[in-house]
Amino acid sequence: MANLQEKIAKAFPEAKMTEGEILLVEIPDNKLHELVKSLRDDAETPFDYLVTIVGMDWVTSLGCVYYLTSTKTKEFVSVKVSTEDRDNPCLTSIADLYRIAGIYEREVYDFYGIVFAGNPDMRRLFLSIDWKGFPLRKDYDADPALNPPTTDSERQSDFTQTYTRQADGTVKREEVRVFGEDDFVVNIGPQHPATHGVLRFRTAVDGETIKKIDVYMGYIHRGVEKLCEDLTYMQTLHFMDRLDYFSAHNYHHGLCLCIEKAAGIEVPRRAQILRVIFDELSRIASHCLFMGTFCMDLGATTMLFYTLRVREQILDIMEKTCGARMTFNYDVIGGVMAEPDPDLKKDIRALLDTIPANVKEYKKIFTGNVIAKNRMEGVGILSREDAISYAITGPSGRASGWACDVRKTHPYAVYPELKFEQVVREEGDSMARFNNRLDEVEQSAAILEQLLEMLPDEGEICAKVPKVLKLPQGHWFQVVEGCRGLFGVYIESDGSTKPFRLKLATPSLPAAAVVDHITSGMKIADLITIGGSMDYIVPDMDR
Amino acid sequence: MSNYTIDNFNSFAQWFDGALNSALPSWLSTTIECVLVGVVLLLAYSVLALFYILYERKICAYFQCRLGPNRVGYWGLLQSCADMFKILIKELISLKHVDKFLFALAPYLVIIASMLCFAVLPWGNGLQLINFNIGIFFLIACSSIGVLGILLAGWSSNNKFTLIGALRSGAQMVSYELSVGLSILTMVAFAGTMDIVSLVEAQADGWFIFKAHIPAIIAFIIYMIAGTAETNRGPFDLPEAESELTAGYHTEYSGIHFGFFYLAEYLNLFIVSGVATLMFFGGWMPLRIAGWDGFNEIMGYIPSVVWFIGKAILLSFIIIWFKWTYPRLRIDQLLSLEWKYLLPINLVNLVLMVIIVIQGWYFGAN
Amino acid sequence: MPYDAWKDNEYIENLVKELRENGTNVLVGSLDKLINWGRSNSLWPLTFATSCCGIEFVSLGAARFDMARFGWEVARSSPRQADFMMVAGTIVHRMVPVFRRLYDQLAEPKYVIACGGCAISGGPFRKSYHVAKGIEDIVPVDVYVPGCPPRPEAMIYGIMQLSRKIKVERFFGGVNRQQSRKEFFEQAEKLEGND
Repeated sequence: MANLQEKIAKAFPEAKMTEGEILLVEIPDNKLHELVKSLRDDAETPFDYLVTIVGMDWVTSLGCVYYLTSTKTKEFVSVKVSTEDRDNPCLTSIADLYRIAGIYEREVYDFYGIVFAGNPDMRRLFLSIDWKGFPLRKDYDADPALNPPTTDSERQSDFTQTYTRQADGTVKREEVRVFGEDDFVVNIGPQHPATHGVLRFRTAVDGETIKKIDVYMGYIHRGVEKLCEDLTYMQTLHFMDRLDYFSAHNYHHGLCLCIEKAAGIEVPRRAQILRVIFDELSRIASHCLFMGTFCMDLGATTMLFYTLRVREQILDIMEKTCGARMTFNYDVIGGVMAEPDPDLKKDIRALLDTIPANVKEYKKIFTGNVIAKNRMEGVGILSREDAISYAITGPSGRASGWACDVRKTHPYAVYPELKFEQVVREEGDSMARFNNRLDEVEQSAAILEQLLEMLPDEGEICAKVPKVLKLPQGHWFQVVEGCRGLFGVYIESDGSTKPFRLKLATPSLPAAAVVDHITSGMKIADLITIGGSMDYIVPDMDR
Repeated sequence: MSNYTIDNFNSFAQWFDGALNSALPSWLSTTIECVLVGVVLLLAYSVLALFYILYERKICAYFQCRLGPNRVGYWGLLQSCADMFKILIKELISLKHVDKFLFALAPYLVIIASMLCFAVLPWGNGLQLINFNIGIFFLIACSSIGVLGILLAGWSSNNKFTLIGALRSGAQMVSYELSVGLSILTMVAFAGTMDIVSLVEAQADGWFIFKAHIPAIIAFIIYMIAGTAETNRGPFDLPEAESELTAGYHTEYSGIHFGFFYLAEYLNLFIVSGVATLMFFGGWMPLRIAGWDGFNEIMGYIPSVVWFIGKAILLSFIIIWFKWTYPRLRIDQLLSLEWKYLLPINLVNLVLMVIIVIQGWYFGAN
Repeated sequence: MPYDAWKDNEYIENLVKELRENGTNVLVGSLDKLINWGRSNSLWPLTFATSCCGIEFVSLGAARFDMARFGWEVARSSPRQADFMMVAGTIVHRMVPVFRRLYDQLAEPKYVIACGGCAISGGPFRKSYHVAKGIEDIVPVDVYVPGCPPRPEAMIYGIMQLSRKIKVERFFGGVNRQQSRKEFFEQAEKLEGND
């Protein structure tokens, strides 16, 4: 890291660097693009993966924190840029360096009103074009009369805006058409059986062939990040169940880890093992549901019922310990909520016994099927470079040959002690994405086997945590592996009982953003295959 | 007629006709007969459709380790009746910006097409409305009216999804009709007649699928694939692909208009399996095994209607099995399957059949 | 659940009482019975789900809870062919017009079940800037199923209550749903006008 610091200091004398767990580089806006470009193209540690852009309102200034990782050395670096202009804030876009940056910048614009000069598509992302105010700003007027819910159809525009910096420092605004004037545009969604919730694709088609897709989000945008700012740290946890409801345990784990890191709480080993047990159980359940719904999208309805059988079995195990089928709230700060059920080990063993036979059955019914092969092989190919540039993590990213499993790259909890393989495939098509998940079910089963050996029958399940938890001033970033990929939590604290800013970097947003890139030139039916195989959860991307 | 079919409906019909004519003037008796036949046909038609809906729901439930409908009536028997009652009185939504006449006409076209097919389908020995020398030809012609209804439905709804659905179904049905026609032609070449009754009677001593062995089996497989595609059922259900086009060409239809599409789908399933029964499995002829006289006699006591419907339902089971097993094809795969594989195989098969007929290489050849 | 508890529903008892007091013609009454038998036994849901509750709705269709037993498995993707709408999940501002349009597209007779805390009141997201505070302000609701998300058993119970409610409706005269719906929307418009 020292090496990197020297390098930056040499090339950018104006950069202010703060050491910490992750190096923070503060840079004036006019040098941002140059700095990020040099970081990305660095020969030793190419920071080629943009994890997230955290929009910030520090009251006196607005700005962003960029989190970058190197896929080679797994090192993190963060870049901070800010502007004091609150009326017309404008920063430089890095959308040309990372393809995912375009959509992250739109999110920041939506929440904070910061315009990014150079971004080709600067519309609001989650809120309608008529929305008054920028909700995550500290001075946002939350009066419901300003933005009442209305049953009138939402105003739509065929145009998007771009902003460019002129030589004299002013910013020029231009209107650009989203689709060609004669394009036949079909609305797929928001209410459509194959969008897995309420996502909307505006699809320009030529016959059955897709020309361009414009993804519309926000049909389930619930403002979780803003809500969290009014809640104490303990209270923020329950929202994690409702983002990606399949990775409820994993997301809880991520947020707990981040808060524990900030508060310096040591989690008892038994709790760590329990957390990982439930993480892996939810991974199996999630992948099972994925396989079912994906096959249903392709028209093979029966598969859903076979995969849900396994899921129900897992839900039973979870219900016995956590008390609910879906929203568990089991991981708490310092450990876990409750003692595991006495039958836990027995039940999991029974589950593990059924898994090999089930996986074999899925392969026989579905992946071994000639129609399924034709529908999936070679459909929606995503190259490794694009996967990194679009920040596609999880089983989908690993299907493109990118070893991005956080459990291996940035291990947490008891993962370093566990033996398992990272499933990586090179093809990058829908078939690979499907098979990756199928194989991960087996890997998770292997992990569970080891965990059951490790789990002591008695011991502490939760560390002593003060009733009113205050975090010291500062900011923290934690990544964990959800069921769909990397889940990042950013907390900034001003020393009070409530987070000053809580940012959740979820894997589903990139997964939806990439759909346009990999579907162009494909058929409408392929859109369903590709969308299904990316396995996004809409409340997870909208938050 | 051979002696092992005990129930010949021809004799019953003649007796009934004679009795009616002796009591009433001829014009009145003809009218009564026509009305009676119409009512009976319509009744049979709807009862069969209701049965098929329940049949499919139960079968799919068993494939999916479920129970299926079992609350309405014993074993869920009244479930589809309840569905029909509801659909009958459901609101018919009238839409703006549609071609009202064509929009209303489309479901009737579809249902009429499948009803016309019923006219020549013999349910049992002599139990058919019209018997004419180009029966099979008439059946194929009628069934292709259905595509017109689907195209009209999709186009007149003024909705992008329905339009895509209609275009898909147009491409699909026109292509697969070729295969249906050619595979039937193969069997006609073997039988040497297009008259349905003589076609069936020629199978009295052995069903065509056994008699004409290899080419018949090939023709049967092709016919089943193409027939599934003709009825727009999975894995060929592209025109109404739920996950792609919401409900395809009938997205905008509600109430009984939708009910017509829904019924026609199941009746077409029956017609396709019925035709397969006629062409390959001996129609209403009972199963006969040469040499097993006792067995043959017992089989002969089972009424011909039971034979025909039983065979048709068994064949439908295969088609339903397809649907609940395979994922859906993509439109280009669907068309290449037809034009690159089925059609050439079919043509070669036809030649093979002709050679077999000329050379007399089939079972039961003199 | 004991049968008595299942039958314990004051709302429906009041409806029945109202019906009895008004009296009805025998022929029309028996026709009504037939129609209501058909309607209450054939409830086709619209595939509509926005968040977590939708997944429990999928579980409801799966082998364990098997809603096909009651004939509810014919989930239609087109609102024109569905009978009731299970509002499973949060309705946010952007979704409100879409949701209202879906409701308008349903063919009569149509019913709405508000499923889960979010649909009933906004649930855990009630304080959010972008969440509608319950769907009862947008469309008339027939049955409320609380939970976050409700268990599939609760959903079965909810739909069965809806089915009971339909059984005491009248197709010809009497308790006319159309009328009350008209009133609902007129009132909603008035409220909007007052703002």
